[in-house]
Amino acid sequence: MRKAITGHKAVAEAMRQIEPDVVAVYPITPQSEIAEYYAEYVHDGLVRTELIPVESEHSALSACVGAAAAGGRVMTATASQGLALMVEVLYIAAGLRLPIVMALANRSLSAPINIHCDHSDAYLARDSGAVQIFAESAQEAYDYTLMAQRLAEDMRVRLPVIVNLDGFTLTHSVQVVDVLSDEVARNFVGEFKPIYPLLDVERPVTWGPFAMPDYYFELKRAQQAAIEAVPAVFLEIQREFSRICGRDYHGFFEAYRLDDADYVMVVLGSTAGTAKVAVDELRAQGMKVGLLKPWLWRPFPIREVAEALSRAKAVAVLDRAISFGTMGALYEDIATALYPSPRRPVLVNYVYGLGGRDTAVLDLVKVFQELPTIKATEPVLRYIGLRE
Amino acid sequence: MPSIRVLAEREEKRVRFTGGHTLCAGCAEPMVVRTVLNAIEDPVVVASPTGCLEVASSRFPGTAWNVPWIHVAFENAAAVISGVEAAYKALKKKGLIDKRIRFVVFAGDGGTYDIGFQALSGALERGHDFLYVCLNNEAYMNTGVQRSSATPKCAAATTAPVGEVIPGKPQERKDLTEIVVAHGIPYAAQAAVANLIDLANKVERAMKYEGPKFINVLTTCPLGWRTPRDSAIQQAKLAVETRYWPLYEVIEGRYKINYKPKERVPIEEWLKTQGRFRHLFRDPRGKELIAQIQAEVDRRWELLLKKEQCFGVGD
Repeated sequence: MRKAITGHKAVAEAMRQIEPDVVAVYPITPQSEIAEYYAEYVHDGLVRTELIPVESEHSALSACVGAAAAGGRVMTATASQGLALMVEVLYIAAGLRLPIVMALANRSLSAPINIHCDHSDAYLARDSGAVQIFAESAQEAYDYTLMAQRLAEDMRVRLPVIVNLDGFTLTHSVQVVDVLSDEVARNFVGEFKPIYPLLDVERPVTWGPFAMPDYYFELKRAQQAAIEAVPAVFLEIQREFSRICGRDYHGFFEAYRLDDADYVMVVLGSTAGTAKVAVDELRAQGMKVGLLKPWLWRPFPIREVAEALSRAKAVAVLDRAISFGTMGALYEDIATALYPSPRRPVLVNYVYGLGGRDTAVLDLVKVFQELPTIKATEPVLRYIGLRE
Repeated sequence: MPSIRVLAEREEKRVRFTGGHTLCAGCAEPMVVRTVLNAIEDPVVVASPTGCLEVASSRFPGTAWNVPWIHVAFENAAAVISGVEAAYKALKKKGLIDKRIRFVVFAGDGGTYDIGFQALSGALERGHDFLYVCLNNEAYMNTGVQRSSATPKCAAATTAPVGEVIPGKPQERKDLTEIVVAHGIPYAAQAAVANLIDLANKVERAMKYEGPKFINVLTTCPLGWRTPRDSAIQQAKLAVETRYWPLYEVIEGRYKINYKPKERVPIEEWLKTQGRFRHLFRDPRGKELIAQIQAEVDRRWELLLKKEQCFGVGD
C-alpha cells in the first residue's frame, strides 16, 4: 500500500512488521522518532517486543548484544554521537557474529556539535565488521530494513547490519512509500533461528571469551570469511525481495545511465537523487554522464565497481565526510577497486554536504562539467559548496 | 536457608563454576561465585564484565563455566543482562521457553562502582529481574592494582602510590551499597567472603523478589591488599569485626544489620595486617590518618545503626 510517510515512519513500519523480540534504543536527533514510533507500537499492543528504554546508546547496543546472544531477534537505531558511543560494542557485536539490525540516521560528528546530515557516523563504523547499506529514499530505507534482517540472520552471514538513511533529508521528509502487507513482509523475513542461545540452559555456552595470540588471529580471519559471504547472499535476498515488492533491486549498486557514460559520479545516500537530476539535465544537453550509487558499502563490491567504472574517462567520487589527513573513504574504496584495472579513469575526490550543507543540482552539474578538464588523478581533495 | 550440607550437595551434583580457571592462589572470588550459584536452585545465565574473573575463566578455547555465560565489555554487564532478561521475557511470552531462568551478574568493583556505574543505575531503574553481585576487592586488580572509587582512603594503589607528599589514595571510598539502596530496588545487601552462609542466605532471600537485587561482597585480593595467600577469610572477617564492612541488608527499604560485633575492634587491627596500609605505621603522619579512617568507619556505622533504628524490619 502506498503511503505518504517520513523516513522515520518507513523504518518504524519495517520494524513493526519484523516485530523483533527486543528493541533497545536511546533518543538522539535525527533518529528519535524511530524510537518514538516504536514505543507507540509497544504501548498500543501492536507488537509483543520487549522495549528497553536504556540510559545510553552504549547500553542500547550492549542490551542488544545480550538479547541476541540470549536467542532473540533484536533491533536498534541511532545517529551521530550515539553511534560513536556504540562503536566499542559494535565491533564486539560483529566479533560475536550477532545479527543485530540498526537504522543509522546519518548525522555529523562533533565538534562543533551539529545535528544535520553527513556520513561521519557511518564512516566511524567503517571497519567495525558490521555490514553497511545506504538508502537513497524512504522507500529504500523501508525495503533495505526488511532485507537487512534477512541478510543479518542468514546462516552464512550472522553479522550486524546498519541501514544508513540521511538525517533530516530522509528521516524527516515525507515521501510516498509502498509498504508491503504485514503478511507478505513477515513471510519474507521469516522466523529467527538462534545459534547457541544463552537461554538454552541445558547446553551452556561461553560467549565472549578471551583469546590470546594463539587464537585471536584465526578468529578474526573467520570473521572476515563471514563478511566475504555477504555479497552472494545480498544478491539472493534482493532477487527474492524484488519478486514480492515489484521494485527492481539487482546488484550492489544502482547504475544510473552508466553503460555508455564517459563521466561518472559515485555518491552514497540521498544525494544520489539530486545526482540523477543532474545526469538527466546533462544527458539532455548531449553530455554522456552517469551515476553509480552503492547500496552495499561494507563489504565493498570491489570487482563489480571496477568493472562498472573501467569504461569511464573520469570519475568524481563524492564523500560526505572528511577522513582527516587523507582522501575520502569512498574515494579510497574506488581507487582500491580500480588500481588493478588496465584502464584506469581519472579519479577526482570531492567532499560535500558536511553538517547538512545543502548540495543542489547545479553543484553537481558543475562537478560533471569540470570533470573533462581534469587530465590526471591527483591526491587532492576538492570541496563542493564551501566558502574558502 | 541453605545449610553447608545443601550447598556442598549442590556443588557435587552440578558444578557450575569449575576448577581449572586461572585466578590467583588465595583469591576469594571463586568462593563467592560458587556460593552464590549454589544458593540458587533454578537454572542461571551469568554475565560478567571485563576483569579478573572474566579473563581467568574464559580463555579460548577453554572455559570454567558450566552455565551459560557472557562477557561483552568492561562497562556494560548490567546492560547486557538487561538484554538477556528482556529476550527471556519476550520468548516466554511467545511460549518458546517455559523454564524459570534466573539472571546473575558477577562484576568487580571497577566494573560496578566506576565504569559500569551508569549501566548498573539504568538497569536498576528499569527494574530488570536479575541479581547483581559485586566482587568488591577494592581496586583494579586485573590491570595491576590501580585505585577505584571502592579503594579505601590511604590504601596504596599503583595510580595512588605512597609518595613523598601524598600517602596513597587521598579520597574516601564511595558508599555504593547506599547509592544502590537509593534506587528503591527490592533487595540490596552487603556480605563478605568470610561469612559464606550469610552470603548464601542473602542470595536465597534476594531471589524471592522480582526485580533488581544487589549484593556487594567484600572479596579479599591477597595480591592487591598485600596479604598472605591463606588470609582471605581472616581479612574479610576482620573487616566485618572492625565495622569497616558491615553485613546488612535492605529489604524493600527496611534495614537489617545481620551482625553487630560485640566489641569495638579498632580499624588499626585490620589496617596493620595489609601491605597496602604499611606506610601508615611507618610514616609520622600515620597516626592522624588512621584516626581519620577510624572516624569515617564510626560515622558510617552510626549512620547505619540509625537507619536500622528508623527503618528496621522490626523483628
